[in-house]
Amino acid sequence: MTQKILLSGNEAVARGAFEAGVLVATAYPGTPSTEILENIVKYKDHIYCEWAPNEKVAVEVGIGASFGGARTITTMKHVGVNVAADPLFSFAYTGVNGGYILISADDPGMHSSQNEQDNRRYAEFMKIVLLEPSDSQEAKDMVGIGLDLSEKFNIPVMLRMSTRLCHSIGLVELGERVEHPVKDYKPDFKQRVVIPAHAGLLHVALEKKLAQLSMLSEVSPLNYTIDGDFKFERKRIGVISSGISFQYAREAFPEASFLKLGLSFPFPKDLCRKFAAEVDQVWVIEENEPFIEEKLRAAGINCVGKEKIPRTNELSQEIIRNRMARIINEPQTDISDLPPRPPVLCPGCPHRGIFYVAHKLKFTGTSDIGCYTLGMMPPLEMGETCICMGASIGVAQGLEKARGTEFGKNTLAFIGDSTFIHSGITGLAEIVYNKSNITVVILDNSITAMTGHQEHPGTGKTLMGEDSPKVNYRKLAESIGIEHIFETDAYNIEGLTEVLKKIRTLDGPKVIINRGRCILLDIKKMKIVPFKVDPNKCTACGQCFKLGCPTINTGEPNDKGKKRAMINPLFCVGEACAMCQQVCSSGAIDLID
Amino acid sequence: MSKITGVFIAGVGGQGIILASELLSEAARLSGLDVKKSEVHGMAQRGGSVVGHVKFGEKVHSPIITMGEADILLSFEKLEALRYINFVKNGGIAIVNDQEIAPAPVAAGLMDYPPDAFDRIQKAVPRSILLQGNKLAEEVGDTRTTNVVLLGALSAFLDFWPYSWLEAIKNKISPKFVEMNIKAFELGKKVAIEYGL
Repeated sequence: MTQKILLSGNEAVARGAFEAGVLVATAYPGTPSTEILENIVKYKDHIYCEWAPNEKVAVEVGIGASFGGARTITTMKHVGVNVAADPLFSFAYTGVNGGYILISADDPGMHSSQNEQDNRRYAEFMKIVLLEPSDSQEAKDMVGIGLDLSEKFNIPVMLRMSTRLCHSIGLVELGERVEHPVKDYKPDFKQRVVIPAHAGLLHVALEKKLAQLSMLSEVSPLNYTIDGDFKFERKRIGVISSGISFQYAREAFPEASFLKLGLSFPFPKDLCRKFAAEVDQVWVIEENEPFIEEKLRAAGINCVGKEKIPRTNELSQEIIRNRMARIINEPQTDISDLPPRPPVLCPGCPHRGIFYVAHKLKFTGTSDIGCYTLGMMPPLEMGETCICMGASIGVAQGLEKARGTEFGKNTLAFIGDSTFIHSGITGLAEIVYNKSNITVVILDNSITAMTGHQEHPGTGKTLMGEDSPKVNYRKLAESIGIEHIFETDAYNIEGLTEVLKKIRTLDGPKVIINRGRCILLDIKKMKIVPFKVDPNKCTACGQCFKLGCPTINTGEPNDKGKKRAMINPLFCVGEACAMCQQVCSSGAIDLID
Repeated sequence: MSKITGVFIAGVGGQGIILASELLSEAARLSGLDVKKSEVHGMAQRGGSVVGHVKFGEKVHSPIITMGEADILLSFEKLEALRYINFVKNGGIAIVNDQEIAPAPVAAGLMDYPPDAFDRIQKAVPRSILLQGNKLAEEVGDTRTTNVVLLGALSAFLDFWPYSWLEAIKNKISPKFVEMNIKAFELGKKVAIEYGL
């Protein structure tokens, strides 16, 4: 037997792409999908890999690569599919040339997302094949199976992952790479130009493919049953499940019968009917939406589903036991009094300064998707809206249109560099064209930070490690028609104060490019001398607390009982930041000798 | 059903929890067991609460540990140990590093760090150990080995193939630091055994 190794679901997908002969891999980073491309790039001698500016472009490049004859994978988080939905719907009609697999990494429980949409719905809506692995081994295997199906039926395939699959490791047996050389490319106008005359015929053809796939789904080994042990008290219960929910259900009710769906769209209706006839009661156990359940009910198959299993949040074996068998596990120790430990902007984070100044000067802030969304937390409280990638700009503009010019002049739209390139550029065109008075603040930390430091078109490096031209934000803004452009040092509190005071006096749309590299990019190379607070000089004015830096703690109170500051030397980054030293009016903060 | 062991690892972002859970998983794999490990990365986790679930045995289905299912809680920080104490099953063990890291509401003076954290842990889980992990790591030569000291302590309660830990450290840690980490591991193990639970 080949030795098995431990791989996360994401590492397994990457390995699966390598083994299945993938030649092109595209993505935009997004938790929980990011590590897939970071692992595929280890095979860059075999596979061209790129971070695209956003998910839509990633899919479009993927479509071109597939048309061009290459086996192709595109990966993204669930909400990325919203951005990429437009080309994907058309791609279902045109079909592929080289096999194409889309990885949708959903986030039930919203560990790092703005919603918990269930993208199984998208597969059905787009009319593409849906595969649902339930562990790392299946994740690896289904990439190859999906690409084979894609080529055989001339259709894109979605592999639906979820956070607990992406970030859980399990044992995986590795295989060898099987080469699939680039196929021939010939123009095929009727197949790839979706004008109405062609698309009508393509839709008919797509429905035929789905009918064939539906027959395949009924007999596919990806949909299999496990006989229950009917000696046990759980009688003749049959569970229909898919993805990670299957693993939770197996652990909760090991004695039940199971129908495990790996190829769940097109849906194997007759297989479910047959399974249901062999058990006394069917339970559908699935996270989030009643995707399987609705299909059973439409086919007239009785089942117990969402009336017991919650639609919201992640599932677990505990929730399943509780809801299906009333096995309730009460907590023994009361911990409701404990202080929470929410994620915070890191010590030395370049975003902190402008939030501090903007809060002090009473600006309104709209925010976006990134680490800087955390600026909303006290004491900075900067960024009172967050909707989706790029929305900070449009939302700020809408606030002005509702509330008037003065409101606009006092509104800042905060957007990170990677998010700006992803979908902020059209927002800039909007505020010039439709005569805005807001200010867009590009928080340029020179990296896609929150997902763990990925390059993007503004960093000058590609995923493959090559040098590349950098987007010039100033020239870009100028060419769109922004007249007032400021470049600020993210760590200079005085400079930031001056610029923010000035912009509220200026008419028209404005851009601030606030530069400061993500501190975590350089922290390992830095020789750090931390700051300390001299308790004799500290007047307990509380100004440094307003930075919301996790290293600045409350120390000994002074004789009036007011709390003085104290800096935790373990986490302070010292002179690289020095914001606390700048805001201290009594000169109490200095480097440790 | 075959016995599955669950180790719940808790701490604060930046403490080396992910490496510790990887080493534990690798040691379990090298001992011939089925293994699953789950953790969640994402939001700027530096300074946030971080957990890892590691499960091993003949056949593991769910990768997560839910309330009352952990055989052992290994916590790198005291408050985090208390936060997840209900995950420990009756008769389970808690190994707690004696370190206090103030979360944001405590740092800001809005809430207090629970002064009786370990007493509450011990009351909930009588088989609890409090270890000076950071100090022991300093003795070895680098506080960054605190995670491996704690792993050594954990190893005292697990019946793995004797060489699995050593192999795991060699497989996962850069050669430069292997020797120091082995020392850290052995020290943690010794201290846990001497604790005499």
